[in-house]
Amino acid sequence: MTAGQMPRWADYILMPAINVAAAFFVSGLVVLAIGENPIDAVRILVWGAFGWNEGIGFTLFYATNFIFTGLAVAVAFHASLFNIGGEGQAYIGGLGVAFACLALDRFVPWWVTLPFAVAGAAAFGAAWAYIPAVLQAKRGSHVVITTIMFNFIAASLMVYLLVNVMAKEGSMQPETRTFEDGGRLPLLDTILPGVDFGSAPANLSFVLALIACVFTWVLIWRTKLGYEIRTFGANQTAAVYAGISPVRITVITMLISGAMAGMMAVNEIMGSQHRLLIEFVSGYGFVGIAVALMGRSHPLGILFAALLFGMLYQGGAELAFEMPAITRDMIVVIQALVILFAGALEHMFRPALIKLFGVLSAPATRPA
Amino acid sequence: MFDTLILILDSTVRLSTPLLLAALAGLYSERSGVFDIGLEGKMLGAAFAAGAAAAVTGSAWIGLGAGIAVSIALALVHGFACITNRGNQIVSGVAINFLAIGLTALLGQDWFRQGGRTPPVTGDARFETLVLPFADALREVPVIGGIYSELLSGHNILVYIAFLAVPFTWWVLFRTRFGLRLRAVGENPAAVDTAGISVTWLRYRAVICTGILCGIAGAYLSVAQSAGFIKDMTAGKGFIALAALIFAKWKPVPVMFACLLFGFLDAVAIRLQGQQVPGIGEVPVQAIQALPYILTVVLLAGFIGRAVPPKAGGTAYVKERS
Repeated sequence: MTAGQMPRWADYILMPAINVAAAFFVSGLVVLAIGENPIDAVRILVWGAFGWNEGIGFTLFYATNFIFTGLAVAVAFHASLFNIGGEGQAYIGGLGVAFACLALDRFVPWWVTLPFAVAGAAAFGAAWAYIPAVLQAKRGSHVVITTIMFNFIAASLMVYLLVNVMAKEGSMQPETRTFEDGGRLPLLDTILPGVDFGSAPANLSFVLALIACVFTWVLIWRTKLGYEIRTFGANQTAAVYAGISPVRITVITMLISGAMAGMMAVNEIMGSQHRLLIEFVSGYGFVGIAVALMGRSHPLGILFAALLFGMLYQGGAELAFEMPAITRDMIVVIQALVILFAGALEHMFRPALIKLFGVLSAPATRPA
Repeated sequence: MFDTLILILDSTVRLSTPLLLAALAGLYSERSGVFDIGLEGKMLGAAFAAGAAAAVTGSAWIGLGAGIAVSIALALVHGFACITNRGNQIVSGVAINFLAIGLTALLGQDWFRQGGRTPPVTGDARFETLVLPFADALREVPVIGGIYSELLSGHNILVYIAFLAVPFTWWVLFRTRFGLRLRAVGENPAAVDTAGISVTWLRYRAVICTGILCGIAGAYLSVAQSAGFIKDMTAGKGFIALAALIFAKWKPVPVMFACLLFGFLDAVAIRLQGQQVPGIGEVPVQAIQALPYILTVVLLAGFIGRAVPPKAGGTAYVKERS
């Protein structure tokens, strides 16, 4: 540890903890402004998320979505690319899942459909990230702006497809037919003996998400490609001198990122909804940014951050039920504050903290 | 045919007004080197504040003031995060968008209990349409009468403010000292700093300008175009405005044309909904709705001209230490 720096544990654990605490403190003020007791609100929220079996099931289900979208943002972050298009990539990924399920569900069991659904989700998600990636790599158009545009293009495309092309015969609903058993993932509590999540849709995708975490860790820290991605992210000029092709790294990283985002659709479409419908992504892609920021782009951190956001989603629903003055929109406010404090204002408490550590370690380091 | 055209152009003006205000808002911030994808959130916050204040006080002008105040407050949060704390500008924008979506719905339900709406505003609480002089007298004159009395006359004051903001913004940016410095700080903040001008203060003033214009845009939505705030009423307009800003290569007059184009596409999409076009059949409305984004991507790719953002955009300025 040199002067003006903090120990690693402070950087990876203490800083995010302080930032999240600040976000929750301001959220508490909002609850107070509405005229409810923040302490009670926290109690209901935590109990709603972890206090009973069904709550835990829902928390895990939401967390699965956040793991995928969080990993998507994190992988791109390592190459210092900002993929803000997780929303659109997950949406289009749903198309891949739906194609696989609609084609196979009547003929084969779910475990035959699953690899095709995963491949479809990943391929479609990656494809939606491909154009922004190539435009960034070859034409220098900023990936942030192109991926935002692609979110909206995806939204229009999906509405068109679901209304005009894929809608169920004779139905006005913009959704496909419901998948048969061959297009449905088993629920977690049917796989794990002695566990009962009630009506919660936690399903096998959670295991997929854990695998994706391990995959990301191996990819980023244990492979040549991961090394190149991190090098490119740290210093593009140095990367070029080291013989790393910026075009190749940009495109490959964005493809992996898009594939991760697309996989979110496996949980939502094959695991829970059992049909493709409009707006099923509903903000998970954007929240992935917060998850990646809080998790410091490390799979383990992302797992915990995703569980936290899963808790917010499930506990927030419970809170809206118990305290009618607080609607589900409170979750969005808390998310926003977490993104603000853990993301945009992440450096706010840093100088003070560095000073504090400086004072604490000063007597030991000062020469006699 | 001519009447239809006038009608479509008339709704083009109405639909492009919020885009124009928001895009000009973004122009100030981005030209000073602070990217802002939070235009949407500021508009939404302002629309809610304007709707709420107008409904409670019964004055559209107080509504406008409240909208501007809230929008400036959100802009200052963005400034505090990106300028003072050197945070990531994109992340901050995302946070502000979420904050606006959540808070407007939450407070809307808590204050008015109408499912996130504000009570409908009528009379003085809403900006009335202005009839330009002689509009009625000229109505019967062929061509010119239609254009004058239907297209140019009969909008509310915020529409005229929006279009007057275009030459005003051009004048501020290219003919005043403030504008010169603002453009300079977006290209090369170190040079501005060397000249003894505070980069921080300059950028703060730029985001305040953004706040004011986004505030007017939001107020337009809730107390001029519609009679009251509806949950999520911006519906992506802030992002279309951002697209228009990029499409216009960060220049005020082209911004106006880009917004008119995107507004026109919107008007045509509404007009064509469910209608058969001879020779083509039913045009998918979604294709027209996606067109602004597609056009912007094509432009960004450098196939039609080249959009080069302000050089220092997206990065916080760090004073060099000796």
